[in-house]
Amino acid sequence: MLKKLAFAIVAAFAGSSAGLAADIQPVLLYDVGGKFDKSFNEAAHVGAEKFSTETRISYRDFEPSSETQYEQALKRFARRKADLIVAVGVGYSVAVRNVASQYPDVKFTVIDAIIELPNVQSITFRENEGSFLVGMIAAMKTESNKIGFIGGMDIPLIRRFERGYQQGAEYVNGDITLIENYVGTTPSAWNDPIKASEMARSQYARGADIIFSAAGPSGLGVIQAAKDTGNLSIGVDSNQNHVAPGFVLTSMLKRVDLAVYMAMKEASDGSWQAGHRVMGLEEGGVDYAVDEHNKGMFTDEMKARLEQARAKIISGEIVVGDVAGSNSSH
Amino acid sequence: MDQPFAIETRGLSKHFGDVRANDELSLIIPKGTVHGIVGENGAGKSTLLKMLFGFYRPDGGDILVRGEVVRFQNPMEAMGKGIGMVHQHFMLVEPFTILENIILGSEGGADLNAAKAKAREDLKELEEKFGFDLPFDEPVERLSVGVRQRAEILKALYRGAETLILDEPTAVLTPQETEQLFGLVRQLKAQGKTVLFVTHKLNEIMAVTDDVTVMRAGKVVAVRKTNETSAAELAELMVGAKVAREAARAETGEHKVRLSLNGVYASGDRGHTALTDISLEVHDGEVLGVAGVAGNGQTELLEVITGLRRLARGRIWYDGAVIADEKTTTDPITLRRMGVAHVAEDRLKTGVVESMSARENAILGYQREADFSRRGLLKLKEIAKRAAGYFESQDVRPRNPNLPISSFSGGNQQKLVIAREISRAPQLMIIGQPTRGVDIGAVTKIHDQITELRNAGKAILVVSADLDELLAISDRIAVMCEGEIVGTLKVEDSDEQTLGLMMAGEKRNAG
Amino acid sequence: MAGANKKLPLWAEAGLLPTLNLLAAFLVSGLVIWGLGEDPFLALSLLVDGAFGFQEAIGYTFYYATNFVFTGLAVSVAYHAGLFNIGGEGQAMLGGLGLTLAVFLVGDTSPFLAIGLAILGAAVFGAAWAFIPAWLQAKRGSHIVITTIMFNFIASALLAYLLVGPLQRPGGQMPESADFPAGVGLVHAHDLLAMMGMEFEQSPLNVSALIALACTFAVWFMLTRTRFGYELRVVGKNHSAARFAGIPVARMTIVAMMLSGALAGMMGLNEILGEQLRLIGNFTLGYGFVGIAVAFMGRNHPVGIVLAAILFGALYQGGAELAFEMPNITRDLIVMIQGLVILFAGAMEHLFRDPIERLFMRFRAREAA
Repeated sequence: MLKKLAFAIVAAFAGSSAGLAADIQPVLLYDVGGKFDKSFNEAAHVGAEKFSTETRISYRDFEPSSETQYEQALKRFARRKADLIVAVGVGYSVAVRNVASQYPDVKFTVIDAIIELPNVQSITFRENEGSFLVGMIAAMKTESNKIGFIGGMDIPLIRRFERGYQQGAEYVNGDITLIENYVGTTPSAWNDPIKASEMARSQYARGADIIFSAAGPSGLGVIQAAKDTGNLSIGVDSNQNHVAPGFVLTSMLKRVDLAVYMAMKEASDGSWQAGHRVMGLEEGGVDYAVDEHNKGMFTDEMKARLEQARAKIISGEIVVGDVAGSNSSH
Repeated sequence: MDQPFAIETRGLSKHFGDVRANDELSLIIPKGTVHGIVGENGAGKSTLLKMLFGFYRPDGGDILVRGEVVRFQNPMEAMGKGIGMVHQHFMLVEPFTILENIILGSEGGADLNAAKAKAREDLKELEEKFGFDLPFDEPVERLSVGVRQRAEILKALYRGAETLILDEPTAVLTPQETEQLFGLVRQLKAQGKTVLFVTHKLNEIMAVTDDVTVMRAGKVVAVRKTNETSAAELAELMVGAKVAREAARAETGEHKVRLSLNGVYASGDRGHTALTDISLEVHDGEVLGVAGVAGNGQTELLEVITGLRRLARGRIWYDGAVIADEKTTTDPITLRRMGVAHVAEDRLKTGVVESMSARENAILGYQREADFSRRGLLKLKEIAKRAAGYFESQDVRPRNPNLPISSFSGGNQQKLVIAREISRAPQLMIIGQPTRGVDIGAVTKIHDQITELRNAGKAILVVSADLDELLAISDRIAVMCEGEIVGTLKVEDSDEQTLGLMMAGEKRNAG
Repeated sequence: MAGANKKLPLWAEAGLLPTLNLLAAFLVSGLVIWGLGEDPFLALSLLVDGAFGFQEAIGYTFYYATNFVFTGLAVSVAYHAGLFNIGGEGQAMLGGLGLTLAVFLVGDTSPFLAIGLAILGAAVFGAAWAFIPAWLQAKRGSHIVITTIMFNFIASALLAYLLVGPLQRPGGQMPESADFPAGVGLVHAHDLLAMMGMEFEQSPLNVSALIALACTFAVWFMLTRTRFGYELRVVGKNHSAARFAGIPVARMTIVAMMLSGALAGMMGLNEILGEQLRLIGNFTLGYGFVGIAVAFMGRNHPVGIVLAAILFGALYQGGAELAFEMPNITRDLIVMIQGLVILFAGAMEHLFRDPIERLFMRFRAREAA
């Protein structure tokens, strides 16, 4: 038995030869979207990579093939004495609650969900604030006065994106029309770019010329549709401007990379704390992306208006509406 | 001639596990002759044919075609060497026309119309040479069995067959069609083709062949010139012993009506009217034979009597009680309990479950009887005992009830089926094709059993495609044509010629 | 002379052939792993160790195997009746639903009663979901393969609807139900063994493994020892002979499918009542389909199904461990390895059968000579 355990521990540390024995052992668990989804999970991966290059501490990661593996994966790493387990995605909420209460010595960071336990750090984002800004961009840029929104799975968290987007657009132009669709009601909605692309084509056909998709990997279908029909799209989570340069107006950045990086960094320098951290515009947790692929689409006037709105949101002058239950707490 | 033999085999062998299906067969078939091969079922005829036609690869020995050793990997190669085969079950695509069927597999290009036109030219020549007259543009499904068979033969010739293998070619033909076939065979011979005629009907061998090879248990037991032998000698060679005379029919006198049908109509599977106004009676102590070309309502007749098909109109009485009319049918289990036994016409399709063991087949239809199951549980010991008993009483071989029924020869299967059906002393036996696919030795035994049951006062209805059989065992023969009974004759008043004409619908006789 | 017609002895049929198939699958997988720059032997040893190397792993292996026993038996019962039930997935989903409804109905008043009702609910709902395609097949001739596939989609949509609607966990966003009331759940193997004084690492293995074994025995007994099983097999082999024997084919079709559905439905006992303790939208995870492979690899014999289920359980568990340990081996590669096993053991079974048979024949011939 002891031998087996020893084997297991050695195996668990096998990949960490770069770090010192005293280094912490962080673990990153993606959700079912998978590591390289060019969006949410990939952002988490980027954050962990940044941490790893900076500190020369290696981390382990795992892509569960289904939600039922969440608990198995959490338990497995908890039992093998990982120091910090970062689980990204609202789907982890129940699993993290169950496992964290069983393993009080292990630190857990969960992103997008709120778990009130003494060894859990919950990080959520004010997606509505970032969406407000991209909503403004869409409203300033549209020629048809019609804009679209395509959500992945129809849950409060994604409704929050739509809420901010709509409010931002109407802040610029009170007469604007918003067309909205959701890919589905189950987690498979995140991985259905075909259906998302159908929806986007339909929205474009109905007159929308800019569509914001908050749909994980499904969103790639929206960008593809924008490219095929010669319209514009807005990416989400990661900077997706490069996916189809010229057809991605901007991306609503949700700095999951930053959240993962911070959690790991804090755990390694000892400043990690349980509790709830909210990352909004003020904290740099959300933003819109401007880079070489899309800077030509922004005028100075637009930028000025956006920065003005940013300041007003941070100061509290503009209150961006929220949707109840966006970050489940358990 | 430098190539004296169309086909020669030297020490040809094929094993299946421990079973030697063909054991060192040596045959010589001279070019331009009609060569018969006879043997019981299980004698190894099919195995031999399959090797000659490239379906099986021999385990030992050689096949020589025109003096040259061949090793066929598949039937295409056999065809390439001028061997054509007409199977017992035709290999025709039914919705296609004859022409399409003939060129199927040798279209020679994407342009079907060009291929058809060319084939039509080539076929004209063949037709004239051999005296065919086929409706090339009719879909096969609309044609009679005899025409289909000729289409198959023409197809083989079109592919350049020099040697034609006919496997049980007359099994499905009327006597008139059989005569036509013989004519064609003689024509083929006259044109220099070689024909291998495989059958178990000895009169056909006598009628059409030049030489005959007799097979038994995987071996060649005799080769004869047809005009120097007799049917009796061949039969003896096939079974290895003198064929016992069939049991004498005792005088049973006038007996009560056991089964009667009155004005029965029924639809077939395709919705057509399969039975039209059928009325008949079967008495105790009597065998009523039902003759007819396959597909003229005999199957449906068996089914309405045994509770497997609804009547559209009319009534059926058994022992004075109605067992079926347009509203009711009596299910097979109840019928069996009332004393109606049924030997199904199509043994493999209906009478047994092929992949199940002989033991399990021994209770099929009787599985709910108290002997075999109690409170839903099978009495395995009782079943095994019963099955062993059937094997013993009917001399079924090999004596292993645990083998799947499909590994027994047709005759042994049928013996087992008959043992099963007479085991509960039925009062009425409904028998379809009692000896189809059954070897000669078993045929006699089965006929004897039927006669014994009759002598013991049972009522028996036999449907058979074999007129000789009906003439041998029936007291009266009813002839069906197109779903009607066209006449009923006493056996003393019947002969093949009359019955054949009635079967073809050319003659009617009041019963 | 006994067994003369059998081409292969039992040990070759049941042992040698599956082993060769498995080796072939591993060989191809090994080549792929090697191509990815990982050590295939290390990968194999990780896989085997991950499946059987320590108690927890064994627990997981048998936990997964339990799912496959249920779905494999489901496929085989239908198969013996001549029906290809592809709807195990949907029937399992509905079984999970029935189980959950039973739990929420009485879970607060009597956990014990709830467990009993849940087992019944799983079987009844699974059976009911199989009834509809069965009825359509028996009475209307709609092909069961098509209808059961369609019913998988319907089941999945139904479950999604309920789990983002009336059954959704309060305040939750994912398609999952509220937690089961405390005390409602099947006993875990490690707790059970602890009660008997034996120590066993924690794993999700639970009492439903024993239920699965009981079902295996019941299916075997039903098929070989009962009149019903006999009639079911006759229907499966030959409808015409079944009618000849007075067996009501339509009714048998329906009953066999319902039994099959009930077995598939009971898969939820293991996943939902044994481990998750809440209904999760897609808890079936294709186990219903794996059941097809399990049934065929197990030659549709109950014992074979248990063995095949353990093999697949080991592949699932060992595969997960392998993905944990070797970052280069992604979850997709594990799916590929599982696929290869199915391919070699199921679809390409004759790859080895024919040569082996020939070998045996030659050997026997020489012996006989």
